[in-house]
Amino acid sequence: MEKVDLVVRIAGESGEGIISAGEILTMACARASFNVNTFRAYPAEVRGGQSMFQMRASNGPIYSAGDDVDILVALNQEAFDRHVASLRNGGILVYDPAETNPQSRSDLLLYAAPFKEMAVRTLQALQVKNIVMMGVIAQLFAMPLDKLEEIVREKFGRKGQGILDKDLQALNLGAQYAREHIHKCDPFQLGQAEGGGKMVLSGNVAIALGALCAGCRFFAGYPITPASEILETLMVEMPKVDGVAIQVEDEISALSMVVGASFAGKKAMTATSGPGLSLMVEMIGLATIVELPLVLVDVQRAGPATGIPTKTEQGDLFIGLFGGHGDCPRIVLAPTTVEECFYQTIYAFNLAERTQMPVILLADQALAQRYETISVPDFSTLFLEDRLAVTSEEVAKGYQRYRLTPNGLSPIGTPGRPGAYIARGLEHNENDVPNYDQKNHQAMCEKRDRKLDLALQDEHLNFERWGDPSSEFGIIGWGSTLGVTREASLALKAEGQEPDVLYLKLLNPLPREEIVRFLANKKRVMVPEINYTGQLSWLLRSAFLFEPAPLKIAGGRPFSVAEILEKAKEVR
Amino acid sequence: MTRDVQAYKGKLKPTWCPGCGDFGLLNALYQAFARLDLDPDQMVVVSGIGCSSRLPGFISSYGVHSLHGRALPIAQGVKLANPKLEVLVVGGDGDAFAIGGGHFPHACRRNIDLTYVVMDNRIYGLTKGQVAPTSDLNFHTVSSPYGNLETPISPTDFALSVGATFVARGFSGKLDQLTDLLVEAIKHRGFSFVDVLSPCVTFNKVNTFKYFQERVIPLPEGYQANRRHQALELVESEEEKIHLGILYREERPTYQDLLDKLDASIPKASPQELVLAQK
Repeated sequence: MEKVDLVVRIAGESGEGIISAGEILTMACARASFNVNTFRAYPAEVRGGQSMFQMRASNGPIYSAGDDVDILVALNQEAFDRHVASLRNGGILVYDPAETNPQSRSDLLLYAAPFKEMAVRTLQALQVKNIVMMGVIAQLFAMPLDKLEEIVREKFGRKGQGILDKDLQALNLGAQYAREHIHKCDPFQLGQAEGGGKMVLSGNVAIALGALCAGCRFFAGYPITPASEILETLMVEMPKVDGVAIQVEDEISALSMVVGASFAGKKAMTATSGPGLSLMVEMIGLATIVELPLVLVDVQRAGPATGIPTKTEQGDLFIGLFGGHGDCPRIVLAPTTVEECFYQTIYAFNLAERTQMPVILLADQALAQRYETISVPDFSTLFLEDRLAVTSEEVAKGYQRYRLTPNGLSPIGTPGRPGAYIARGLEHNENDVPNYDQKNHQAMCEKRDRKLDLALQDEHLNFERWGDPSSEFGIIGWGSTLGVTREASLALKAEGQEPDVLYLKLLNPLPREEIVRFLANKKRVMVPEINYTGQLSWLLRSAFLFEPAPLKIAGGRPFSVAEILEKAKEVR
Repeated sequence: MTRDVQAYKGKLKPTWCPGCGDFGLLNALYQAFARLDLDPDQMVVVSGIGCSSRLPGFISSYGVHSLHGRALPIAQGVKLANPKLEVLVVGGDGDAFAIGGGHFPHACRRNIDLTYVVMDNRIYGLTKGQVAPTSDLNFHTVSSPYGNLETPISPTDFALSVGATFVARGFSGKLDQLTDLLVEAIKHRGFSFVDVLSPCVTFNKVNTFKYFQERVIPLPEGYQANRRHQALELVESEEEKIHLGILYREERPTYQDLLDKLDASIPKASPQELVLAQK
């Protein structure tokens, strides 16, 4: 099959079904075995404001949702005006002529279709306008209409036969219009790709499923954009595996319940965004000092305070690493792709159980609400770890919950079995008795900190390095920017200027040895991140005493490949 | 084998001031545990921060001495994770109604089967004598030097109005009655709340043992504890006198009951099957 790589952007007013149409198209393309990668932008309000959904589909590997749009579907004038600049030269505009006047660019290929009129006049239902639109573009670009129909049935079947019939009519009406009234004169034909063994997930759903596969059987959360899908998914799925998921009164309660559940012996998790993480900070300290495993997912959004609830940012690195009073070690991980959201959540649970400490997983809106095609997981390779449990012999000999040991680990008692102890937020001695002696505090701080080393065992999970190791120009990054950086590095390679790239997945403790190896021959190191202060740059500068070249934008949107390339060329 | 009170004494000796009301509550708890013959390995005592929150260390069971105000959500997490455990939550009025006040109504309405004992001394003791959410209006303390400007919370009124299924009031100067109340509270299926008048002998020179001894009275003759509006009327009409006893008791499905019912109706699957279902 010929190589297909297509970027479609749908834009319109929030409430017109933009996101929902984009999701359905994405699912359909994934079921037709295409690799997909998406990006969405929507206002914090449910109605009003502009929404957009971008989908890239390809039968080759893709790492981002793409910079230049091949096909823009604009549902109104404002959507056209806002997004027309992103259309590549000679790109295609699909629009409703009653709503949009596309005169500002003469290079475009124009396909007009009266979405609104078809919905209102023919179907007497304005709300199916987005489905009429899907029918039109599916027909125009040979997207899998049968798969679309299948997903529409799954998604809207529950709403009753009447509504479903209307939706299916709308889909076919759109397709029929395109067949009969639009003269296609572009080469884009998606069709069916080859291969199987693929599935499409959002980052949030991947995290929820990863938690279930890791053995998580307790979840407590509070709704917050853009992390709510984790709560919603686990409310549905947790009872199926005999676990408990609960929505509670606030984020403080959520993490408190997780601490309680972990004390009672369950693998437990909460998920939130920045405002919730801020509220949870004191409780992270409790988990650290009582040495209980737990996983806390932070789907970052632009802050501070309420900030921009629906837009991405990587601004919570500092609070993730350092949030809390006193010396408060915790493990911090950052997934870079949807697939990694799944595997790294499992890894997060393993590290939490292994080290008996909180693990923070820093995702972000762009990653968590993005759809990506991933390979169906190979469950036979999944390896789960459990906390070191106290034995009845140890209890008989005189159990010390916080015994000082060479690696810092001491066995945990679990209620319901012998091994009673008090988990205390007060500094305690080895016998869990409050103790305010400086030497004891020193020893306990060392014990809690030493356990971090146990996270450094699995190098291949803690970072990813690619490119030319002999290059004096390097890029160090973290989190969801990996995809655009990979595409930029491939472009540089094609120009004979391949950089050396290091993506950090374990951010605390840092994979120090690898960073030192990486920096050994570097003259210039660019650090791209989506926050105003350049938080990873701060960290690297203070830990490794070199001056990084930061590429930073305050959050709101992900980087484009072009932005990474431009900065790389400047720094290189 | 039945256990005596010695079986429940923890490795620490209480650190409270001599004469503290909390001793009375602690002794009543030992008596109640022994009467119910609870297994310490199956018990978890959760507290927040404050003088009274030191209590888990004085009991031989599992315990969590946590953060200020967070005892209730931690305890609910414990109980949801393992419903077989006997979970007891203890703390003071500041922990319950000031810093932790946001959790209390939700614990009441959620009706998870645990027992919450608040040692109410109407002052902050551990931080040395500041005004508390249950302090009387115009009460003078180091942090209300010109008198308290805020109307106190009535713990029992609060619990009743947000749907607690067991509400009782005891006095740490009446050990036998308090023991009986605690036994009933622990036996109750659902969220039980026991407000314990527990004087601070060091910082509260107004609401003393003598103060309460002069005011506490039994419930009215023929009082029926199954009517919420009647219980509310009783506690809201109290002026000089304070009634002790079980103010309200109701059998309502617990959170766990509803969860079990839901669970029974949902087909089970392995995590792997749930992943593959996303295809």
